[in-house]
Amino acid sequence: MSAVMVGSAPQHHFAARALRHPSFAIGAALSLLLLVAAVLSLVWSPYPPADIDIPSKLQGPSAAHWFGTDSLGRDIASQLLVGAQASILVGVFAVLIGFSIGAALGLLASARGGWVEEGVMRLSDFTFAFPALLSAIMLGAIYGPGLLTGIVAIGIFNVPVFARVTRGAANAIWAREYVLAARAAGKNRWQITWHHVVPNIASALIVQATNQFATAIIAEAALSYLGLGTQPPMPSWGRMLNEAQTQMFQAPMLAVYPGMAIVLAVLGLNLMGDGLRDLLDPKLARKR
Amino acid sequence: MSVFLLKRFATFAATLLVASVLVFAVLDLLPGNVAQVILGDTATPESLAALEKKLGLDRPAMVRYTDWIGGLLQGRTAQSHSYDTPTAALIAERLQVTLPLAVMAMVLTVLIGISAGIFAAARQNKAGDVGVMGLSQLGIAVPSFWFAILLILLFAVKLQWVSAGGFPGWTEDDGGGLWEGLVALLLPAVALAVVQAAVLARWTRSSVLETLREDYVRTARAKGLSRRAVLWQHVLRNAMIPVLTILGLQFAFLISGTVVVEQVFVLPGIGRLVFQAIANRDLVVVRDVVLLLVAMVVIVNFVVDVLYAVIDPRLKTSDA
Repeated sequence: MSAVMVGSAPQHHFAARALRHPSFAIGAALSLLLLVAAVLSLVWSPYPPADIDIPSKLQGPSAAHWFGTDSLGRDIASQLLVGAQASILVGVFAVLIGFSIGAALGLLASARGGWVEEGVMRLSDFTFAFPALLSAIMLGAIYGPGLLTGIVAIGIFNVPVFARVTRGAANAIWAREYVLAARAAGKNRWQITWHHVVPNIASALIVQATNQFATAIIAEAALSYLGLGTQPPMPSWGRMLNEAQTQMFQAPMLAVYPGMAIVLAVLGLNLMGDGLRDLLDPKLARKR
Repeated sequence: MSVFLLKRFATFAATLLVASVLVFAVLDLLPGNVAQVILGDTATPESLAALEKKLGLDRPAMVRYTDWIGGLLQGRTAQSHSYDTPTAALIAERLQVTLPLAVMAMVLTVLIGISAGIFAAARQNKAGDVGVMGLSQLGIAVPSFWFAILLILLFAVKLQWVSAGGFPGWTEDDGGGLWEGLVALLLPAVALAVVQAAVLARWTRSSVLETLREDYVRTARAKGLSRRAVLWQHVLRNAMIPVLTILGLQFAFLISGTVVVEQVFVLPGIGRLVFQAIANRDLVVVRDVVLLLVAMVVIVNFVVDVLYAVIDPRLKTSDA
């Protein structure tokens, strides 16, 4: 009993601090809203998002259609709800690709040093010259546009971001005295990486993952707006904006709602990331 | 030339070389048969063979690559199959829109971002600082293409001050002129700049605040210099070094943003060219445009490295 209490005390302390942190609290609430929208839309939406109803086209907000309807009579609220799925799907997989490859490369660079480190860093510099959009243009030109093209293009761009952050954070850990002690005790560099480096850089990587998730949502929306990302009939906020642009003079609000959804989702993740950075960094936490 | 600059130039040249190999591999080798990609699955063997010959695909990959790069170095480019024009001519025509747009956006980004960052740093934790940082947090979350749509909604749909898009051209013969051209690019440049400036303002603020904590700043203050004088004479030059790095990295995002915002405002720039090329399966155009955009990013980052050495002379001597 006492062991449980001792073990959970720091967690309670962290949760209490987190809830009192304005950035984190607002960010977490907005991120939760995004997640709830995506999960809820898997089982329920006011209307099937792709259902066309021409007689009801371009209606304003009402009890039947909370945010009105588009030029084909499709319910905007339903499309916004289901559109959250594409954002989360692309965000999760693009961050996973970047995280798994980038963090592995960063750890390798830090553990080996020398030409391996130099090579990984030059590769990172090089990949920065290819923003997600350029990768998506190349992939889209060959394999055609689609959700996968978007995920791969954004994921590739995330690789050097994670590689740099991981290598920077890991190098700082390798300089610590307890790592020297572990080396003196006979642990090899991979054991040190796994037992000492990874646990100590995890918080920096979590913060970076949150920020890259936000970046991925904007990138997905841009690619879908251009027709390179999510394809019909799956709704996406970016494509909703593209379609709304043709109706700007008749129904200007159609171009406002999806943008607001993107901003709230990205703002939520960024605020949560900023909050996490403060909460997980003891130096910053003490200053607060 | 210092060792620092020589090393940077070597990195710059190597990056361009590797980028060209990658772009060639992805757009020329990876698809298997480019002629098949262009003509689709229903193409007859005869039409495939004819197009392969026309595009020079019957030659080894190495020869095609050296031909491509050798041609580019001599100012010679391949023929676009959908426009039947050398890609250089197509790109040069579209750059007349894209380059001025990117430059205008960059200038606005620097003006807004750096001044907002300095303003916030000079008023740390006061209302002005909190306001600027709140706005920048919001700015980072706004996609530039959505901000562009909002600008159209306000200035073209609601106020009807400008047209909702299009480009009149730079000369009167085209039906436009210098002023008309600049006006047409103003809203797209603002859309791009506001979002990038939000990022730059945060970096500028934190860099200025960090420099303000340096010992030499305290010394200057102790000698009786005013806070304002210290800020302008000592802090800004040093604080701008990390800001330059961010500017270099931001250029990559600005180029992507330009491509997207051109679509929003229906501007006949590089972005529209590449999307039309994708629709037409014109891989030669896609290849040359992508390499150009990558080259622009790499060149700007090389220039940033050179500027480092100008701003911080220690860099020139540290490697020597």
